Amino acid sequence: MTAKLVIENLKNKPMRSLLSFLLIGVPVTLILTLVGLSTGMLNDSKARAEGIGADLLVRASSTQAGISLSADSVPEKFVNYFRTKVPHVKLAMGVINHGIDFPLGITGIDQDDFNVMTGGFTYLSGQHGLRNSDDLLVDEPYARQKKLRLGQTVTLLNHDWHFVGIIGGGKLARLVVPLRTLQSVTPEATGKVTNIYLKLDDPKNSDQVEQFIRENTSLKVNTMEEITAAFTVNSLPGLAEFTYVVMGIGVVIGFAVVCLSMYMAVLQRTREIGILKAIGGSNSFILRIILVEAIVLGVGGTVFGILLSFGAWWLIHTLVPSSLQMVIVPLWWPIAGAITLVGAGLGALYPGLSAARHDPIEALAYE
Amino acid sequence: MSSGLAIETQDLRKTYRVGKVEVPALRGADLQVRAGEFLAIVGPSGSGKSTLFHIIGGLTPPTSGRVRVAGLDLASLTDAGRTNLRKKTVGFVFQKFNLLPNLTAHDNIAVARYIAGANGPFSKDFAEILRLLGIDNRLDHKPNALSGGEQQRVAIARAIVNHPAILLADEPTGNLDTGNSKAVLEILRDLNERLGQTILMITHNPEAASFAHRTIRMRDGRIIDAG
Repeated sequence: MTAKLVIENLKNKPMRSLLSFLLIGVPVTLILTLVGLSTGMLNDSKARAEGIGADLLVRASSTQAGISLSADSVPEKFVNYFRTKVPHVKLAMGVINHGIDFPLGITGIDQDDFNVMTGGFTYLSGQHGLRNSDDLLVDEPYARQKKLRLGQTVTLLNHDWHFVGIIGGGKLARLVVPLRTLQSVTPEATGKVTNIYLKLDDPKNSDQVEQFIRENTSLKVNTMEEITAAFTVNSLPGLAEFTYVVMGIGVVIGFAVVCLSMYMAVLQRTREIGILKAIGGSNSFILRIILVEAIVLGVGGTVFGILLSFGAWWLIHTLVPSSLQMVIVPLWWPIAGAITLVGAGLGALYPGLSAARHDPIEALAYE
Repeated sequence: MSSGLAIETQDLRKTYRVGKVEVPALRGADLQVRAGEFLAIVGPSGSGKSTLFHIIGGLTPPTSGRVRVAGLDLASLTDAGRTNLRKKTVGFVFQKFNLLPNLTAHDNIAVARYIAGANGPFSKDFAEILRLLGIDNRLDHKPNALSGGEQQRVAIARAIVNHPAILLADEPTGNLDTGNSKAVLEILRDLNERLGQTILMITHNPEAASFAHRTIRMRDGRIIDAG
């Protein structure tokens, strides 16, 4: 009967109920979108790092992030040094990364080295590989996001590139140009690379090679397992804290929406509360009705928020598929729901207790 | 309480405080109602009828004096105790019907049973009462789809669904036309005669009062004529 009272109350004021669902759902969507974006972008970066097929990554000692976008890191001579002087190194590939439009970057590669190291790109359309100095390959999401047509000129870093082919994702970069050209476009990067990827004769020799590099150079070296393992929410400065802030905002919004909504509902239903009390409804019975209604609003808002997060996913996937990668994270649905319900429950307490304390005679006289 | 009395009050007083002003509503009311009696209370506005009704129904405690309802000393009851009294011992019929607008007639009655701790379908006896009330085929309708007379009959059904010792009716015909008023009063008298239901009815209407066994008159917070 409590459920029937609650459902009939919600049905009786459909606009109030829908607005409450919407307003409670917005923070749920915010939380799920934030988590989906951070997870999606980290997964994407991780997949592209794994797709390189290297065993070790060598960078300048000052590099902090998992993938550097700076263009002036390691003297290129080290590539040859690793190939010829470091035992167990089968392949060494230097690449240069340069940020163009955050979080996107353009990567300069030596096509031959890249093919040997990774097995080459998967080509979806256009030319296979970088043949000329101004050739530009991009992945399908970037081509879609920027509405690029094969053969057109694309200006990046004040340089005109010739868009020649679309590559599949999952290997190193979204935008690829010849290493030499990118070095020349950014003069401070001449003779330098950002990262050097090493392929060993046997991954079991990683420790030995790492030790050799540390003892003989001032460069930073990590296994690719260490690099990909670092692609977590906690590895990005401030992201976890930002997520907590959004969760806190979710609780506050849920609290405020439910408190306001239920306070109005209690005012509107003063007479009905009086009737229930007149026929023997206890204070706890009245409080229970208000709390159950708040929980229903919270659950409905959570469902609404989850549906809206699919809308956010669709928008991101359609409008900025290259810049942002969002995934749906069902694991976070109950977490977002719990956050909402905490806010809703707290928000219903004051109006619920207020309703329970109504004097039945005054409530019955309420017009 | 004397044997066979459903309601007994002695020197019952109630004073309301309005701001800093004390307003005496009852100034020493003495009343005795036998079990199975149909009693009408009449009197002008401000005479204390409603206050007496509210105290006997457990909606508000007295300021002083004694009041016993179905053997319970209401003056000593806590708020929770008065809530329990309203669940099972007294049933209310109001002038404005006071049905829950979002629930059907059936659910308006069922919610009273639920609050009293009963569940499941109505008993055969109660189904017969619904038929006598003429609302057995109107139970799926919400109050806004029922006439005033039908709403008041639903309210009566709700008031007696838990077999209360006392039925309290506050101007039950105040919002009804003549035909529906007569029908409702006949229903109350029928319930009193068939089921032995003790009924205390407040009314302004002498014709309505004539349906009762006895009529008492109130003025200025006192019972001036015990009938």
